[in-house]
Amino acid sequence: MKVLAAMSGGVDSAVAAARAAEAGHDVTGVHLALARNPQTYRTGARGCCTLEDSRDARRAADVIGIPFYVWDMADEFHEDVVDDFVAEYAAGRTPNPCLRCNEKIKFAAVLDRAMALGFDAVVTGHHARLGADGLLRRSVDLAKDQSYVLAVLREDQLRHAVFPLGDSTKEQVRAEAAVRGLAVADKPDSHDICFIADGDTRGFLDRQLGARPGPIVDAATGEVLGEHGGAHGFTVGQRRGLDLRRPAADGRPRYVLSITPVTNTVTVGPAEALDVGRVHGARPIWHGEPTPVECAVQLRAHGETFPATVRRTDDGLTAELHRPARGIAAGQAIVAYRADEAGDIVLGSATITATDRAVAAA
Amino acid sequence: MAYLDHAATTSMLPEALDAYVTTARVVGNASSLHAAGRDARRLVEESRERVAAAVGARPSEVIFTSGGTESDNLAVKGIFWARRAAGGRTRVVASSVEHHAVLDAVQWLADHEGADVTWLPVDGAGRVVPDEIDLDDDVAVLSVMWANNEVGALQRIGELAAYAAGRGIPMHTDAVQAAGQVPVNFAAAGVAALTLSGHKLGGPVGVGALLLGRDVASTPLLHGGGQERDVRSGTLDVPGIVAFATAVEHAFKHQQEYAVRVGTLRDELIRRVCEVVPDAILNGPPGDRLPGNAHFSFPGCEGDALLLLLDAQGIACSTGSACSAGVAQPSHVLLAMGADPDRARSSLRFTLGHTSTRADVDALVAALPGAVERARRAGAVKAARTGT
Repeated sequence: MKVLAAMSGGVDSAVAAARAAEAGHDVTGVHLALARNPQTYRTGARGCCTLEDSRDARRAADVIGIPFYVWDMADEFHEDVVDDFVAEYAAGRTPNPCLRCNEKIKFAAVLDRAMALGFDAVVTGHHARLGADGLLRRSVDLAKDQSYVLAVLREDQLRHAVFPLGDSTKEQVRAEAAVRGLAVADKPDSHDICFIADGDTRGFLDRQLGARPGPIVDAATGEVLGEHGGAHGFTVGQRRGLDLRRPAADGRPRYVLSITPVTNTVTVGPAEALDVGRVHGARPIWHGEPTPVECAVQLRAHGETFPATVRRTDDGLTAELHRPARGIAAGQAIVAYRADEAGDIVLGSATITATDRAVAAA
Repeated sequence: MAYLDHAATTSMLPEALDAYVTTARVVGNASSLHAAGRDARRLVEESRERVAAAVGARPSEVIFTSGGTESDNLAVKGIFWARRAAGGRTRVVASSVEHHAVLDAVQWLADHEGADVTWLPVDGAGRVVPDEIDLDDDVAVLSVMWANNEVGALQRIGELAAYAAGRGIPMHTDAVQAAGQVPVNFAAAGVAALTLSGHKLGGPVGVGALLLGRDVASTPLLHGGGQERDVRSGTLDVPGIVAFATAVEHAFKHQQEYAVRVGTLRDELIRRVCEVVPDAILNGPPGDRLPGNAHFSFPGCEGDALLLLLDAQGIACSTGSACSAGVAQPSHVLLAMGADPDRARSSLRFTLGHTSTRADVDALVAALPGAVERARRAGAVKAARTGT
């Protein structure tokens, strides 16, 4: 196959490209320039779009022996990922920008351009398995598994995706990079949000959205307990940063239960009020399994899974959780998995729109 | 491989390479006082005389530098500083289609040295119109390139130089692309300073010259041992300078036959490209252009997509401009010529040189239609996505 390897400048995508080349594919490396004003150097482990990362990707391509180009996707990234991220927070939801980037950039804008230019597939260094059966599965390295942020991909996108790393642990990938002479072998993992270089998400949102003070309200009494500087600074389940001067009557800590953008209200209450028994999702991706189906659902990136009954509805998914999940935020993805020895299989996903409280055990 | 990017760099002439290697085997610092130093110095001075004779300058007007970028910076900044110090003149005038080595030097003077800047507009073919220029006596330096590196437009240097001389304004011209391609003569042109680069005309990378009139003061960029009239310190690169002189001599001596041969091949390239891609738009002037330059816009395509597709088929060309991250920006030259950003992004430059053959043109013409079709499909995908 003629494949396009997306190379971030990190170790995973470098080894993925090398494996694709070794497997006999005709590989072309592409670094996606996503920042409108790229920083010259990486600061710590954040970010993936500095000039230094671009250079690392180029050097990896040299070592592998494949052609290399930089594609400017900054406008698309800004519009589909960064603006969406800000808008979602403004709407009281908690988005996952990595998921959105896979959905809109890597396996849409980049894949479409690659296909038009005569490539058959896009190769990435994601930790997930995608075999001949076309099913998306978790990586063998459960700590590094990225199937959650790939579950948003449709079948027509997955058909043109290649994930060469799914059968390897991160440790194996690093060791292989060293053997292959790739200088990025011991480069730190990137984490957090790549377009927020200092890691201060709340500060970033404050700059984007400005200060928007509003009330913090007690869920049980309706009493105004304090003021916040902007509802976008809060996520369901959050405890820190509420800065409530008065303790609750029962002296127990209070958590963000919900965010209501229309009234700019942050509603707080006790931990057990965060327990969710049912999750509703919209914009479903479903790979054909008949429902209702007994499976496991994951409700946030790197989160635990919950046994559940999942049903397709007219325009979404509903999951009845068999034990309550705590602090589930709208905007995150619900991903349904079926346990499998060859790696848990992604049945489908949707974007969480609403949750119903668990019925408290008597 | 079909190498159609001679304006980026061209292969070294065998005689220049031989001269380089022979000289590089011998030890000697041209500033040393012993026999080895004198021998090295003699090679430098002979080279200076050869370059001067070829380009119509006096030997003392040849200042060896590290290449085009340094020469441009030395001319623009050096003359600006000297003229500001001497008479308080602070205006810098340059065409809006200059190479970045001039463009960014001028902008730096504006940002850091308080220079007032006038950018001269160009017509739709990329040419400054001398009749439309009206400068005051506050001008420290004027810089207009002899030929444009992207679209190949030749400027009316003689008229511009005469105008400048009439007002006592020192004029610099970047002749990096013009030298060896069209007749270039320093004295006849009447400019105060002229930039040459080695690797564009068959010499090595990393060496060039600034021709600087004897009465033109320039403040140095590099301070040190006081070499090169005290204008450009640094140990003289003897093998580089000898190879550079060899290449300059050869290129100027054979310029006419080169221009005929390469120009004929270039005309064939343009004709055949327009045959296989009928809606291709030729950018730059139809006549007064560098003999090796062809520059097109391919509507609906992105230049970097075309470059990738042609590269995969062994055809080397250029989108005409690059930046540090390797991301193609719309060319400031095409924008200055009045092109919209889409047309600027859809452009591709093919440049021929002394090793070019008809087989290179054949390879391009064979690969181009398929590449344009694919790139157009990719362009349509993007247009559909962005709703433009």
